Amino acid sequence: MAGLFTFLVLVGLGFFFGRMNEAKHFRSLNAREDELAHITMSNTKQIPDGMTGSAFVHGNVVVSIDYFKRIGAALRGLVGGRMETYTTLLERARREAVLRMKAEAQAGGMTHVANVRLVSASVFTNAQSQIGSIEVFAYGTALK
Amino acid sequence: MRNIEITNLETLPGRTIVKHLGMVQGNTVRAKHVGRDIMAGLKNIVGGELTGYTELLTESREESVSRMIEEARALGANAILNVRFSTSSVSAGASELYVYGTAVVVS
Repeated sequence: MAGLFTFLVLVGLGFFFGRMNEAKHFRSLNAREDELAHITMSNTKQIPDGMTGSAFVHGNVVVSIDYFKRIGAALRGLVGGRMETYTTLLERARREAVLRMKAEAQAGGMTHVANVRLVSASVFTNAQSQIGSIEVFAYGTALK
Repeated sequence: MRNIEITNLETLPGRTIVKHLGMVQGNTVRAKHVGRDIMAGLKNIVGGELTGYTELLTESREESVSRMIEEARALGANAILNVRFSTSSVSAGASELYVYGTAVVVS
């Protein structure tokens, strides 16, 4: 009985705070993306005409999924189909990592990031070996 | 100490490659920290960024990069081109961060 109560509390906390956190994160992502929109990116190795200077820039983030979504994903795993919960988790992580990379480029007075690469890894999985948190690392060469 | 330039392009803008010195690499394996793990456990309930882990991985990558730079310096290089990163989880609580690139001398 106590076990069930704890479980429901965790699901409830995950549902309310997880939702709130996610909405807040998406708002912050949108705002910062607008701010850094002038820094262009490409994933080709070509150096655009007339660009000089080169600095290695990177950004990384580890984002965790909330308890409610984890349970939701476990249930979804039984029937298959599109996993919306992990889709948004990865989207948040990628956009955040790219933003941090762009912010570093801006701090160095750069205007373009060439050869952008994204690496992701599910780090530190928990005992049940579910995907708990994911790391995304973005890197590239900043030019001006 | 000579400054070593790092890029993940195959050239440096406005510079020419004088000499290739071969591949250089650096790696670190980091295990998670119990204290950080407790915090992460709590954060796992509500979701969001695990700042402790973000920092841990940043530090580990910097460590790998500095090892790669040391290797390049020992070879007499002044730049490392085409740098790549990769991550692999070795066991449940540890992950390896690996970085590699080509050491060159540029004019």
